[in-house]
Amino acid sequence: MKKNGVFSRLFIFLMFLFLYAPIFVLIVFSFNDSKSNAVWGGFTLDWYIQLFQDRTVLEAFQTTITVSVLATAVATVAGTAAAIGFYNMKHRARSVCMTVNNIPLTNPDIITGVSMMLLFVFVGQVLSDVGIDFGLGFPTLLIAHITFNIPYVILSVMPKLRQLDPNIAEAAQDLGATSFYAFRKVVLPELMPGIINGMLIAFTMSIDDFVISYFTAGSRVSTLSMVVYSMVRRRVSPEINALSTLMFLAVLVLLIVINLRQNAQGRSRRSPRGPEGSPLPANGAGGPLLSLEDEELGPQAQDR
Amino acid sequence: MKSKGVAVPYVIWMALFVVIPLILVVVYAFTTRTGGFTLENFASMGQYVGVFGRSFLLALVATLVCILLGYPLAYLLAREQSRLRGMATLLIMLPMWMNFLLRTYSWVFLLERNGFFNTLLSTLGLPKLDIIDTSAAVVLGMVYNFLPFMVLPIFSVIEKIDPRVIEAAQDLGANDRQVFRRIVFPLSLPGVLSGVTMVFIPSVSTFVISKLLGGGMTLLLGDLIEMQFLGAAYNPHLGSAISLVMMVIVLACMGIMNRFGEGEGEAVVL
Repeated sequence: MKKNGVFSRLFIFLMFLFLYAPIFVLIVFSFNDSKSNAVWGGFTLDWYIQLFQDRTVLEAFQTTITVSVLATAVATVAGTAAAIGFYNMKHRARSVCMTVNNIPLTNPDIITGVSMMLLFVFVGQVLSDVGIDFGLGFPTLLIAHITFNIPYVILSVMPKLRQLDPNIAEAAQDLGATSFYAFRKVVLPELMPGIINGMLIAFTMSIDDFVISYFTAGSRVSTLSMVVYSMVRRRVSPEINALSTLMFLAVLVLLIVINLRQNAQGRSRRSPRGPEGSPLPANGAGGPLLSLEDEELGPQAQDR
Repeated sequence: MKSKGVAVPYVIWMALFVVIPLILVVVYAFTTRTGGFTLENFASMGQYVGVFGRSFLLALVATLVCILLGYPLAYLLAREQSRLRGMATLLIMLPMWMNFLLRTYSWVFLLERNGFFNTLLSTLGLPKLDIIDTSAAVVLGMVYNFLPFMVLPIFSVIEKIDPRVIEAAQDLGANDRQVFRRIVFPLSLPGVLSGVTMVFIPSVSTFVISKLLGGGMTLLLGDLIEMQFLGAAYNPHLGSAISLVMMVIVLACMGIMNRFGEGEGEAVVL
């Protein structure tokens, strides 16, 4: 293909400007020593200091981290087990399971959130009849996060299972390994890149989620996203700018770490771009979201 | 490695937290507060035809704009040298990973009555830009939020096109336009389809963008549902009915599109 000309380069530049300028403006104004949205009043770190003294923000941060870590841990283990189980099912049963597994990915987030809220409220009503107090709160938030995380883990472990040579595990058993030992020493290491990929996606999805949390957390707990939402609605701008900057940096660091990890992994395994070899291999620079997109079953990753 | 029993806990989990909640949506949609069967919830939806229309219209416009901006971007990026391409992928993905609310908020910050643009414009002595709280701002928010979800799948599909196929076409005398129209474009359609799904579904169901950038002036389906579950208008029965209808329409759209996509795929193979 021919190289891009000046106009094409200009178009690319303008598109990236469109994508990044708003964020850049936010970052700059998080250091602005004035409440104004456009006038530069000198450099300050006041908004950051205020942010770190804001109890709502700190509590929300704690909730977000706790729920994300717990949900990711559960989802990684359960998702890996489920992927192995699905893989060993008969074709019919497997396709039913995969279809149900894809529901939370294809459905609009709001439907997932609302439907789970209905369940929790319904259970709460039933339980209150027998005198047990059950309402929306941290446990329901955690259940919701686990539920939308597991599908991502399954989708990233599945391709690794398909690549697996079934003879290897058998060979290990022929050589005297118990089936669990063979699994741990032979199968698991092969699946590991997929598992870690899935874990990272799950963690990011959890950290990032707003809509599902909004419907399932109730009024007593909030995640960081929920705090951002209420801050934006109340228009307390400079403090959100500071929060935005920190959240942006956190994602940036996470993404760089993931890429470095994958590049290091890819370099040891991947041959240079061959005719079949995609330049964005399942594990390569394209990153986890892309590899999902490549490997499996259509649409996912909605407005997160 | 042979046991499928390890999937049992998750199958139970799915039944409890994926299947039963959806069944509850259906049950609530067809019942009254006292638990009797009714079609009233669907009948009373008539007053919201406008909201349905607006949601689908705005989501459609946003999706089209995403294709118009995203396709050329993906196409041009895929033609860059490989070092730049890797960088570009990262640059496209970074906003996708950024919190969705922050992305929306950044435009609130820019567009507000006394926001960045307006203060800038008035210091320069120019008239104010009164776009916040309009449908245009909502579409802008959708495009800004979901554009990367259009670019990335198209980009990765175009990038995988075997260069030898293009060379073959050129050897057979095709000019650049013919190569694009007959080779690159048809082969990139699966990417476009998956991009369309990833832009359209969140756009049609959003309530955050319309709340923050539409300022309550542009009521969308998402707002309507949110109001029934968490707002003053608390009525989960009506909310479930609206959710159900939205889900069915979205699924139908996707089904039609996928069929169309498959047809295209076959045409390409032939």
